[in-house]
Amino acid sequence: MAEVLLRVTGLVAGYAAPVAGPLGFELRRGEILGLAGPNGAGKSTLLKALWGGVRVFGGQIERAPGLAISHQAQGFDDLRGVPLTGHELLGLTGATADGLPPWLAGRLGERLDRLSGGQLQFLRLWACLAVPADLILLDEPTNNLDRAGVAYLADWLGRAHSGQGIVIVSHDHGLIDDVCTRVVDVGVPS
Amino acid sequence: MNFDLLLDPLFRVPFLTGLLLAALLPLIGMYLRLRHEWLAALAFAQMASAGALLAMVAGWPMILGGVLAALVAALAKGLMARAGAGAYALMMLLAWGGGVLLVANHPLAEQAGHALFDGQLYFTGDGHLLAAGIACAVVVPLLSWLSRPLLLGRLFPEFYRARGLDARPRLMLFDLIAGLSVALATVSLGVMAAFALVFVPPLVAYRFARSWRAGMVLSAVIGMVGYSVSFAVSLGLDQPFGPVCAVVLVMLVASTSLDSYRM
Repeated sequence: MAEVLLRVTGLVAGYAAPVAGPLGFELRRGEILGLAGPNGAGKSTLLKALWGGVRVFGGQIERAPGLAISHQAQGFDDLRGVPLTGHELLGLTGATADGLPPWLAGRLGERLDRLSGGQLQFLRLWACLAVPADLILLDEPTNNLDRAGVAYLADWLGRAHSGQGIVIVSHDHGLIDDVCTRVVDVGVPS
Repeated sequence: MNFDLLLDPLFRVPFLTGLLLAALLPLIGMYLRLRHEWLAALAFAQMASAGALLAMVAGWPMILGGVLAALVAALAKGLMARAGAGAYALMMLLAWGGGVLLVANHPLAEQAGHALFDGQLYFTGDGHLLAAGIACAVVVPLLSWLSRPLLLGRLFPEFYRARGLDARPRLMLFDLIAGLSVALATVSLGVMAAFALVFVPPLVAYRFARSWRAGMVLSAVIGMVGYSVSFAVSLGLDQPFGPVCAVVLVMLVASTSLDSYRM
């Protein structure tokens, strides 16, 4: 059996008050776990709770010792006017350019604000995805991606990634069904 | 017009002092602009000028008062991070009010106050040059080290926290070196010249640079060229340096036809 990266038991999380949970699951290296639930169930909040980004009101999160986490958050700051290239962006997170789709790999030397919205979104996603991390948390990764980006992401996630564990929150049921090895329903706090 | 003065050894130290700061301030400005904090530079400059005036009245070296006031401002900026531009506006108002009251009520402060607001570059001495040299030698490598956390803070604000690391000490270090650099520039070049050198070169570099690294180089070059032209014009035409520097740099922006929405 692969190493357990994360063990979550009865997790209830929120901000000033609990807004999400309870949630329980175990994630092993090589697994891709989807978090499912209705809008407003607090899936993104629970994802943030996994690395300590929000307040935990109840339950337990056990992480493997030395676990390196990469989190792709929803919503990015507007980068228009910032003179930063794709190479520089990937260098910031330590992401590799190996495996990038051909329609983006050749444009890494250009400024980010010269890319299309879909290309920029994919590159930012890639900067969180192709990093030396044990656990990758993806929050609505297909938002603002164009069709080519969604297809490439699904293909990339569908290939074996035995070295990492991945947790995905997405409203895109097709993506969840296609790439997740397991889906956990998120309860609504009573 | 007397451009022969440009060759006078008397003006070498002031020129070199300003040239070092004109290379350094745009580098600080690149990161302040990245963090939407360029207004902080004006707050630092106003606080430094008020501190320098207060120090002079108290019989202390002006440069010490300016640096201490800027340190207080940098600390306040860090503590009031959530207040954003509102905090910088409050600092500016406090410093401006305090500075003008000192100028109005203390004969010694009046002359120094005009020098700070007009830009008194020609009166800088070896101490200023030494301080500017040390600042460049310390701040440039520090900025290089801080570049990644500063860029990550804008692009991926959760990067360090998700890895169980705290980026705040490094961000506060940036506040400190920004405050110190602007303070040193304020007591050497004057309030608005210092602010103009922080604000204008990055404005142009953001528009035209092909990469972040190229933007850093371009902003420093624009700062040095703009400063050198301003120095020559103000000396040759016997005009106060600060306003000339501000006008020259703004004309540079106008000549590049920047769209107003990008400012």
